[in-house]
Amino acid sequence: MGNYVLLLLSALHAMVPITLTAVGEVIGETAGLFNIGLEGILLINAFVGTLVANVWGPWWGLAAGLAVGAVIGVVFALISTYGKGNQMIAGIGINLFALGFVAFGLIMLGAPGFRPVVPEGRLPLIRTAAGGLSPLVFLALVLPCLAFLFLHRTKAGLILKAVGENPEAADVAGISVNVVRLLATTFGAALAGLAGAYISISWIGSVTKEVSAGRGFIALATVVFSGLNPLLVLLGGFLFGFFDSLATWMSNLPGLVRYAYFVYMIPYGVTLFVVTGLIGRVRFPKALGTPYTRE
Amino acid sequence: MKAALQRLLPRARSLVRPIVESLLAGLVGLGVGALIMWIWGHSPLRAYQALFVGAFGDAYGWAESLAYAVPLILTALTFAISVRAGMFNIGAEGQVYVGAMAAITIAYLKMTTGWHHLTGLVFAALAGAVWSLGPALLKITRGVHEVISTIMFNWISRWMCFYLIANVLVDPRRAEKTVSIPRTARFPILIPGTDLTASIYVAVGFALLIYFLLWHTVTGYEVRAAGLSPTAARYGGISAKRTLALSFVLGGMAAGLAGAVIVMGVPPTYAEVTGLGYTMGKGFDGMAVAMVGRVHPLGILFSAIFFGGLSAGGRAMQGVGVPLEMVRIVSGVIILAMAVPELVRVFRLFRVFRLRRAPVGGA
Repeated sequence: MGNYVLLLLSALHAMVPITLTAVGEVIGETAGLFNIGLEGILLINAFVGTLVANVWGPWWGLAAGLAVGAVIGVVFALISTYGKGNQMIAGIGINLFALGFVAFGLIMLGAPGFRPVVPEGRLPLIRTAAGGLSPLVFLALVLPCLAFLFLHRTKAGLILKAVGENPEAADVAGISVNVVRLLATTFGAALAGLAGAYISISWIGSVTKEVSAGRGFIALATVVFSGLNPLLVLLGGFLFGFFDSLATWMSNLPGLVRYAYFVYMIPYGVTLFVVTGLIGRVRFPKALGTPYTRE
Repeated sequence: MKAALQRLLPRARSLVRPIVESLLAGLVGLGVGALIMWIWGHSPLRAYQALFVGAFGDAYGWAESLAYAVPLILTALTFAISVRAGMFNIGAEGQVYVGAMAAITIAYLKMTTGWHHLTGLVFAALAGAVWSLGPALLKITRGVHEVISTIMFNWISRWMCFYLIANVLVDPRRAEKTVSIPRTARFPILIPGTDLTASIYVAVGFALLIYFLLWHTVTGYEVRAAGLSPTAARYGGISAKRTLALSFVLGGMAAGLAGAVIVMGVPPTYAEVTGLGYTMGKGFDGMAVAMVGRVHPLGILFSAIFFGGLSAGGRAMQGVGVPLEMVRIVSGVIILAMAVPELVRVFRLFRVFRLRRAPVGGA
């Protein structure tokens, strides 16, 4: 029985980076920008978060994740709005840069491939009846609900949808399309940065050049799964988090070690399965992925 | 005379402009790389000097640069074909692994040299093509975006190949690597003392083949037309499903071959090691090569030499204390710069240089 509680706890922790990143991306995609550089943002901030947390403590590490994520988001958004750049290519560039930057940084610190977070840098867990929970678990549970209210119950949310659905009309109505997209994408990237810092500071406790393990892409898949509904992001994030921890849990069982490789495939296979099953029914903003040019 | 010049000028401009843009993106990448090295307390000047002298300073450097360029040419083709067909197939990474595994299986066959090479290449190309069919079918039947599906396929192939290396293709005497390709199927070394093997003919040959296919056949024209304007292509009677499947299969073959040339053409091990040390990253690096080569097979040949030089020279750069990974940072920034279509204009804003405006209309 205790085993299943542990599995649930680890699923909750595995859910956090996917949910936070996906909620941010829902905001960004609602405004019309598609950021496939999320994986790179997670990776860079798992690294930056570790460095900052080791010196100034966990909260500053998380803050650094937010800030650096936002900076990368601004660069990406500037390229994709005012630069009229191709969002796919810019995102690929961010991912490649992150891969090189983190590997380079780890070697420069004299620890090829691995850097632990010192005990003082780890985020303290909240004690519950079932066991320790990271405070960010609660944020990941609450934030999708707030995002839902924001998108469907506020004027700002309406503006966001207008910019993604019909930028020409929004422009005529006096809304600055590029500024709104810049803000939305920056917010999304900042959340991804926070998620990256969470991975190293609060969850895994170290950084490697593969610590993000495709979670940025799984977050993108979660966004597709949700059809831009933040409440479904919560469900999708938990689903993916559950399979992620199930894989790790099963690979620790004796007799299954040889097949651990196949267990690790499960989250990616499930992602494919889910995306395949639902894509026909979801609808995305009309202007998603295309830069806005005034006629 | 003047009329002829007026006809030629726009043509020359359309040829020069992409080259200028690629060079600019390269400079931006090297510039940001220099900044990061300077922040970490290295001398960028010394590092880059070591890099370029190491890469292109002598015959040995050139041979090493070309050797690194070989798989990059092939993975760059994968990305380029899909972009020309209007998609973003970023699945080369996983297809390279699969191709390498398929090529290694020929170690269990006894054949005469030549036929043995051919078998390895065919196995790898087939494996790459089959692996790329998954995302292609998902896109055709269910409309799944290829960026999502290829990424998932990359990760699945990674775990699958980890399993194959550790349990199936493992060398019984050395557990950290697979069985080695036998002598009858190894590509001969062209310049003694370097890693440059005859596998470069495979890469260059396939690039020329793709160029011919895409630019000089009706099928290739249809693929490119579907990429430029799907709606117009549909009205023209071009089957989008056919061009989509074709571009995925061709791309998969290219990436599979990249896996083959790595295990069959890189001395001294002629095998893959635990952790996919030889093939990992080749697919992603290929995307940078394709971007700088303007997603054109002939441009890719030149840009692959540039990136091959970065990798080969990167080893010389390690001599002055700068890790190899610097090269990937530079690649990432180059791609970011290449994403901006108005790169030249951005620079003109800063009055770094000016391009003359072409006469409108012409002859």
